[in-house]
Amino acid sequence: MNVEWYIVLSSLIFAVGAMGLLLRRSPVVILLCLELMLNAGNLALVAFSRMVGNQQGQIFAIVVMVVAACEVVVGLGLIVAIFRRKLPLDVDALRELRG
Amino acid sequence: MEAVLFFLAAIGALGGAVGVVAMRNPFYGVLALIVHLFSLAVLFLLLTSAFVAAAQVVVYAGAVMVLYVFVVAYVGGDTESAWEPIPGQRFLAPLLGTALFIELSIAVLSSSLLALGTHGPDVNPGFGDPAAIGRLLLERFLIPFEASSILLLLAAVGAVVLAGRNREEGTSSEHSAPKARSEEVPSSL
Repeated sequence: MNVEWYIVLSSLIFAVGAMGLLLRRSPVVILLCLELMLNAGNLALVAFSRMVGNQQGQIFAIVVMVVAACEVVVGLGLIVAIFRRKLPLDVDALRELRG
Repeated sequence: MEAVLFFLAAIGALGGAVGVVAMRNPFYGVLALIVHLFSLAVLFLLLTSAFVAAAQVVVYAGAVMVLYVFVVAYVGGDTESAWEPIPGQRFLAPLLGTALFIELSIAVLSSSLLALGTHGPDVNPGFGDPAAIGRLLLERFLIPFEASSILLLLAAVGAVVLAGRNREEGTSSEHSAPKARSEEVPSSL
């Protein structure tokens, strides 16, 4: 398969993730959509690494995976903290910082 | 054979992604994301990057998704309200998503990257296997490797600080402070 197929698929997944980010209001689902977007980036990185024939893009993808894991841990910690304070789990209701 | 496998995995990845966005219950969303991640691992294997595919299955579909399942089970399922604060959000969001996809496709496919139409060069069988990736990680990219381990440690400490029980809350002000906050927030809406 040509590399452009992978790139088009990656941009499609990224667009679906961004759409979910705009559409949904539950923080858990927003984190899931962030995962989708990061994975789309990973797919593009690995596809380009295959196109060039160089393995360094795969190292980059692994680092992106590490960053995504950290983001998940901190985000889920925030969600648990919000839930413990009995605040509503809705990003539109949590707007104290909006100014 | 390769094309069939690609299209099957692509359908799985896209279906999982749409499922994450469309499922009303976050628990089903997590399950759809697991399907998506497995399909992406197949795509990585097709791109001859075995180690990234294995890490995808073990780290993502294994560890991270278990974390998600625990948290969704803890905070409960359908918390999404039907109230729509931005008028037309349900129609504007797919429109903007489609626009983003068209824009990305135009940007990538009409750029001067003529090499996009290739399979990539023929690579030796050891391309992207754990030995090669490990050698790169521990020789050339040792400093990013160590930096990412520090980042993981910081994230773990941060999660414990965020989600752990506060000491002040646990002793005296447990009955006054959280109650006052939970009454204050809905009234400010």
